[in-house]
Amino acid sequence: MEHVEQLPTVETAKKLGILPEEFEQIKQILGRTPNFTELSIFSVMWSEHCSYKNSIVWLKTLPRDSDRMLAKAGEENAGLVDIGDGLACSFKIESHNHPSALEPYQGAATGVGGINRDIFTMGARPIAQLNSLRFGDPKLAKTKWLVKGVVKGIGDYGNAFGIPTVGGEVFFDECYNTNPLVNAFSAGIVEAGKVAKAISYGVGNPVFIVGSATGKDGIGGASFASEDISEKSTEKLPAVQVGDPFMEKLLLEATLEIIETGYVVGIQDMGAAGIICSTSEMSAKGEHGMIIDLDKVPTRQTNMKGWEILLSESQERMLVVVEKGKEDDIKQIFDKWDLHCAQIGEVVEGGSLHFFQHGELIADVPAHDLVLGGGAPQYRREYREPAYYQEFKKFDLNSVSDVKGEEIGKVAKHLLSHPNIASKKWVYEQYDSTVGTANRTTNRPSDAGVVRIRDVKRPHYQKSIAMTVDCNARYVNADPFIGAQIAVAEAARNLVCTGAEPLAVTNNLNFGNPYVPEVYWQFVNAVQGMGKACLKFNTPVTGGNVSFYNQSSDDGPVFPTPTIGMIGLIEKPENQTSLDFKNEGDLICLVGQSQNDIASSEYLYSYRGVKASPAPAFDLDEEYSLQVAINQLIEKQLVKSVHDVSDGGLFVTLAESALPNGVGFDVATMEGYRKDAFLFGESQSRVVVSVSPDKQAEFQKVLGGELKTVHALLGKVTSGGFVVDGQEVISTAEAKDLYDNSLGRLMS
Amino acid sequence: MKFGVVVFPGSNCDDDTVYTLRVNLGQEVVKLWHKDHDLQGCDFVILPGGFSYGDYLRTGAIARFSPIMNEVIAHANRGGYVMGICNGFQIVAEAGLVPGVLLRNSSQRYICRNIYLNPQSKSTILTGGLDRSAYKIPIAHGDGRYFADEDTLKSLNDNDQVLFRYCDENGLITEAANPNGSLENIAGVTNAGKNVFGMMPHPERASDPALGNADGRFILEQLLAVTA
Amino acid sequence: MKFIAEINVMPQKEILDPQGKAVKLGLHNLGIDDVSDVRIGKHITMALDADSEADAQQRVETACSKLLANMIMEDYTYTLKEG
Repeated sequence: MEHVEQLPTVETAKKLGILPEEFEQIKQILGRTPNFTELSIFSVMWSEHCSYKNSIVWLKTLPRDSDRMLAKAGEENAGLVDIGDGLACSFKIESHNHPSALEPYQGAATGVGGINRDIFTMGARPIAQLNSLRFGDPKLAKTKWLVKGVVKGIGDYGNAFGIPTVGGEVFFDECYNTNPLVNAFSAGIVEAGKVAKAISYGVGNPVFIVGSATGKDGIGGASFASEDISEKSTEKLPAVQVGDPFMEKLLLEATLEIIETGYVVGIQDMGAAGIICSTSEMSAKGEHGMIIDLDKVPTRQTNMKGWEILLSESQERMLVVVEKGKEDDIKQIFDKWDLHCAQIGEVVEGGSLHFFQHGELIADVPAHDLVLGGGAPQYRREYREPAYYQEFKKFDLNSVSDVKGEEIGKVAKHLLSHPNIASKKWVYEQYDSTVGTANRTTNRPSDAGVVRIRDVKRPHYQKSIAMTVDCNARYVNADPFIGAQIAVAEAARNLVCTGAEPLAVTNNLNFGNPYVPEVYWQFVNAVQGMGKACLKFNTPVTGGNVSFYNQSSDDGPVFPTPTIGMIGLIEKPENQTSLDFKNEGDLICLVGQSQNDIASSEYLYSYRGVKASPAPAFDLDEEYSLQVAINQLIEKQLVKSVHDVSDGGLFVTLAESALPNGVGFDVATMEGYRKDAFLFGESQSRVVVSVSPDKQAEFQKVLGGELKTVHALLGKVTSGGFVVDGQEVISTAEAKDLYDNSLGRLMS
Repeated sequence: MKFGVVVFPGSNCDDDTVYTLRVNLGQEVVKLWHKDHDLQGCDFVILPGGFSYGDYLRTGAIARFSPIMNEVIAHANRGGYVMGICNGFQIVAEAGLVPGVLLRNSSQRYICRNIYLNPQSKSTILTGGLDRSAYKIPIAHGDGRYFADEDTLKSLNDNDQVLFRYCDENGLITEAANPNGSLENIAGVTNAGKNVFGMMPHPERASDPALGNADGRFILEQLLAVTA
Repeated sequence: MKFIAEINVMPQKEILDPQGKAVKLGLHNLGIDDVSDVRIGKHITMALDADSEADAQQRVETACSKLLANMIMEDYTYTLKEG
């Protein structure tokens, strides 16, 4: 141990975010007082980010298994789902909210980098990305700066990395003014037998660090606390981490090549908490220890302290444990790709990590006690129902007047040009969606992204992965238990409407401060709602990410936003179904039950200005039956287009189906419903389909038979004009202009 | 005919191009590593899309000095066929194998969408046999604004060296159909010898019926006429 | 009075400069092996009218710190002369 250093006190521990009782626990684990390096190791490993200490007890209640799961939540860097033919799909979502709030371009870019590394460290080649973004009021200059920066950051990184972005969501609400949410999703394909694991074992096996050099990135907290025990650092700390997609692309190719050799024992990406996180997690899992010489770590800055090297979050790095004797084979591959590859230590007996610097042992910590599922603490936080919850339930439909006559057109225009509903073309055209020659929705718009599995060794392979990210956070705020169920249901519905079988979920739980009981209540209820719905759809949660503290002192917490990323499988290409109306004269049908409900709709919230209302009408069993019915219609090839009713209600769904081919529709509203509820309400479990007239009889037979699914003929596809009850509400051309260009105009 | 697809560090359309040529067009194709000095007897060299060397400094500027480029340039100078797609176009332009440069898009933003191409030159193997007035092909680039000085532009037009112009779905070459501000809607050009081609749009991304658009295949199939 | 400001904006030295790193690799490809570090920034020239040099300086400072440089990750230097 460093003899000159004075040992840290409970005060230093507090500055590192360690509670007094945790400090005592650390002393017991070590049987002595930790030095500063060791304490900072515990501080990051026991942080919320690495240990999930405030969330794990609830996350464990989520369904985690199905007969398709190859790796369950927390076992590997990402979830792994069997898709047949010896192939598996690895996928995950992760947040980069706080870095993006500080510097949107680099924050979002490094988020994309991190999530892709999680996928390819498993040996999977990423095939597609999605992202889920939330920003504040789009009229604010600050929001525009954030939107432009985040979108460019995602684009520049993902485009150069060369993986298509095939879908996503963008939502605006003033609750995100200071705290935007940036959630990035990636999915990859790996041969089931070639999955690389995040594990370390085998005494004498060499440990390598590969990729970028290590700088003083992301160590702000520990650095501040270190001033207690050492002189103040003179060198400035980088406030922002810079992503290098070029480096990441090389790292991808090199990583897949070394895994292909079969000589890799284990490999893990370095994300949060850098070297200490990957050495401890891999060692704990493999029940071995490591000796690491920090002098051998390539650094970007000079005179880095031991704990700085250990905690650094510099991007585009990996830790690799290789079979002894195969060092040269591995080095050759990294040389080929002009990448750093340095042996920094080896695997040893026992479960301890021994870190040396300048010939001295500077930290000696047991790996098991650092990690989640090992010694890291787990807490149940206090929670309390917030006052607003009951208030929102008091909403009275009759307090809002219905729309009539020309007001329908006014609402239509308001919604089609609203940034939450209008086309996100301005955003997604900045992302490469066609690289990889795999995107099957470029020329067939649909409710979910669809990517074929393309492999030169399996020419003309037929299966595709469908994927979506969904969460209407306004619903979750109104009712976390119902809202989270809706998020899962909508994701599954989007996949089913595209012709896919939903397989599994990854979640990104974005909430405020978990120590605020009302926030924790939102968290607990959302997790329970999510669990209930995932069980119903047989879509286990394979992992994901929890992001707390999304709040500011001025605005309070963001809406509780449990983003659901879901993947599905399309076995037969002919089942892939698009959302666009194809031919004039086709019948337009609504499948599912209409409701006299406008709660939490965009119409009620932004047109009527009523912010307090419950979640929209939703019944999980009814939703499930609807999805079974839609699946039947697609299997029997009875529908030409399928598009679910979501934000903006039925009218927006019809518009979105009509716009791709520049056609129109002529529909009638149904008796017994308020016009606003029928056209703009967001009650769940409804889908709009178009049917060729010659298939009408069979269509009705299927829905009316055993399924007994409620459905109604609304009208038909026309050559142009959006007509409701005999009145043209808006022309196709005007709707197209509003829908396609409103967001771009707002951002310019 | 044997195709070679060069892999630079940061290329990301190399696998797409190989798959398309091998699976969709049934051709023999090998990858050529940028550090090598051997074209492995390839008749036709393709520089694929991507972000070679991260597109840092200027697009194509660093890749142009990769070791294999000596052989690619010699091959072109011998009259051998070379085609640069997207980043590959930027590289052949930097290397001086085709006239002009590619500047930042006029919108200052990266753009990925389907556009339409109107084939121009009647005297190249790539475009001479294309009979439709509009081919739907994706673009995906941040630096695709074709620029050349007046004299160069004149000689390009005089010598029938413009391969494609951006057009609308009816084949009309309009300002609105120009996605990136390219001079005279130019989307691709060839050299004076008409053996080096550069184009920004990606025909390889529209060559498989599985993707719902095979217009690009008509374009790539023209190359097979070389053997004839 | 008319002034010309010549401004250099550079990534802070503790921040990773991926562009500089890739250009270094390119220089080595060209055979210029003795280059040990490359960092790339922006050079901006700006013509402006101001009442005095102090006034001009203040505006250039504002332009640099608010817009031209991102102070979280870049530094700037400039020279100002009458022109």
